[in-house]
Amino acid sequence: MNRHRGYLVLALVAILAVALLPASNLEAQGSKGTVKIATQSPLSGGQAALGEGIKLGAQLAVEKFKGALEKQGFKVELVPFDDQAKPDVGVANAKNIIADKDILAVIGHLNSGVAIPSSEVYKEVSLAMISPANTNPVVTDRGYPNVNRVCGRDDVQGVVGSEFASATMKAKSVYIIHDKTPYGQGVAEFFKADAEKKGIKVLGFEGTEEKSNFDPIVTPMKAKNPDVIYFGGIYDQAAPFFKQSREKGVKGKFFGPDGMDSSDLTKIAGKAVVGMYYTSAAGPASELPRAKAFVDEFKKKFGKNPEPYAAEAYDAATMALKGIEAAAKGGKLPTREDVATAVRKTKLPNGITGDIEFDSKGDRKKALYFVLQVASDDPGKWGNNKIVKQLAIAAPAAPKK
Amino acid sequence: MDVDLLIGIFPQVLLDGITLGFMYALIALGYTMVYGVLEFINFAHSEIFIFGAFVGVEVLLGLKSIGLLDGLPWPLVLILALVVGMGASGLLAVTVERIAYRPLRGAPRLIPLISAIGISFFLQDLIRLVESLWRNAFNLVYPTMDVLNLRFELSETIDVSVKSLVVIGGALLMLWALHLIVNRTKVGTAIRAVAEDQAAASLMGIDVNRIISLTFLIGGAMGGAAGVLFGVQYGLINPYSGFIPGLKAFTAAVLGGIGNIPGAMLGGLVLGLLEAFAAAYLSLLTGGAFGAEYKDILAFSMLILILIFRPKGLLGEVVRERA
Repeated sequence: MNRHRGYLVLALVAILAVALLPASNLEAQGSKGTVKIATQSPLSGGQAALGEGIKLGAQLAVEKFKGALEKQGFKVELVPFDDQAKPDVGVANAKNIIADKDILAVIGHLNSGVAIPSSEVYKEVSLAMISPANTNPVVTDRGYPNVNRVCGRDDVQGVVGSEFASATMKAKSVYIIHDKTPYGQGVAEFFKADAEKKGIKVLGFEGTEEKSNFDPIVTPMKAKNPDVIYFGGIYDQAAPFFKQSREKGVKGKFFGPDGMDSSDLTKIAGKAVVGMYYTSAAGPASELPRAKAFVDEFKKKFGKNPEPYAAEAYDAATMALKGIEAAAKGGKLPTREDVATAVRKTKLPNGITGDIEFDSKGDRKKALYFVLQVASDDPGKWGNNKIVKQLAIAAPAAPKK
Repeated sequence: MDVDLLIGIFPQVLLDGITLGFMYALIALGYTMVYGVLEFINFAHSEIFIFGAFVGVEVLLGLKSIGLLDGLPWPLVLILALVVGMGASGLLAVTVERIAYRPLRGAPRLIPLISAIGISFFLQDLIRLVESLWRNAFNLVYPTMDVLNLRFELSETIDVSVKSLVVIGGALLMLWALHLIVNRTKVGTAIRAVAEDQAAASLMGIDVNRIISLTFLIGGAMGGAAGVLFGVQYGLINPYSGFIPGLKAFTAAVLGGIGNIPGAMLGGLVLGLLEAFAAAYLSLLTGGAFGAEYKDILAFSMLILILIFRPKGLLGEVVRERA
């Protein structure tokens, strides 16, 4: 028996060796090396619609702009990772990413709660991360030289929201629900703090991880009859909450941050969310003057409208490629540290989401903030949501330590 | 503290709790019946439950696509979804028993338990795979029928929706039917006999394997009915939605005394009410210090207390050690 097993192992090793040899030979030929850009976003689960958009946006940019690097003799590849919107999965992926020496930049994540621990891993090897969507202030406030974002921040977004609630929606009272993640709770707290300053009465502040049965939250909320109901969180949880609230006769107006920004919101909640407002740190691609070509190309290639953050991911991937190009001057494969430094200095005057330039801690120098209104209960018409208000605000300085 | 508010929402919370409780009770039956017969926890039952919800939504979406959703009278549509969902879940439960549990029946107790956990994961991802290939969706939305969203406003803070009436009515009907089957029919007598002593029952000419399959069929069908009602009530399901309600229903079964059918109903109701009241009142009573997110902690602390004083559950009897 034992002898047989020994032969089997030997045979397997031999097969493996034969299988591997030609492959490694091939790779050495014809190229100075491979440059890989990783994406990390949820590709499965309830938030996959947005995560998929990030991957496809980055893919489009890589295909379009990889020419310059290929001319220098590098092979350029995009490697998508699925972080499942879970911090533990994101960190595990991050460890795989830093182990692959060819990966020189990461585009991701969707969720701040995933981005913050994962970026601690990238930092170990100074791997450049450019986030298309993480709005929690902590992401850049840690002052890591390798962490950047092309979207806005929640401390600004929350205030943009409370400003709008007080000035335009004329809210006297608000009830706040959040999802207990760094993103959702974070933006809800900024909204709450500023709303209180503006004299809006906060009738409730509840965190919940519930995804289906919102009865116990809706009942006391309805009894308090708030003017505005703010949900700090993401559409897959907010949509059933809004739907059940309306079905139970809640009359207040719904409001939320950029986590609401997905066609799945109307797919799930239908008529309940028509006319609701939400703030965003990402403008709808259809409303950005430079993004028209991007939208057309995206539709042609993938057969669907770009979800929010796809345009941001496109710009983030463009920034990553430009950074790598700058670091690879002289035709040598750059180190991760060189790339991180170069990305921070890169300027993109013709980004499709506007002019992009990072400040000293990796925030966009002038980020755009929007207030939008849901136009229709048809998910296919999500792109028609109109911008009600648009602001360009500089990122606040880093907190003193 | 706003006393008017506390009193004002009381009836509504009571109603929410009862609705939730009946749902737990229906799911808990699947755990408790199987335990009664085999002394084995079928951890795949939460997936059998959500499978019913998926089959139900497919029936409704299918009717919608051929334009019959609003064409047929709504009780008929609901009954159709319920019957198909129950059948599918029941058959799934029987299949799972046949494939994953029966070959292990003589094995030590932990072995089928692990097999059940494996089946649970397998079914979750199978549902996910099929739904994403078939509908390209993770979350499925139950199509709404306008009638179900009608509400009767009894006062400013209380209203009864047709939906929760349907859920409560449907659950009561199922529980009553189950009661009749178990206590008034020959098959029910056979199930009880197998639960009491498999060897003796088999000597009396009862086909034990068939009765065990039947137990899985009935328990699975109850789970499937709960799944369809869950979808109708809360409107949104995904392949993983079964896990938490399944766990709670299992707890309800233990609370009521596992293996005991009226116990499962009582346990479900108690847990549903505890949860609803904890969620609604915690933040009001503590001035916001403890929010609704602590509802499970409160509910489960109560459970621990109850089990300390009644280790066999509320209606559980002390089972004789088997010789």
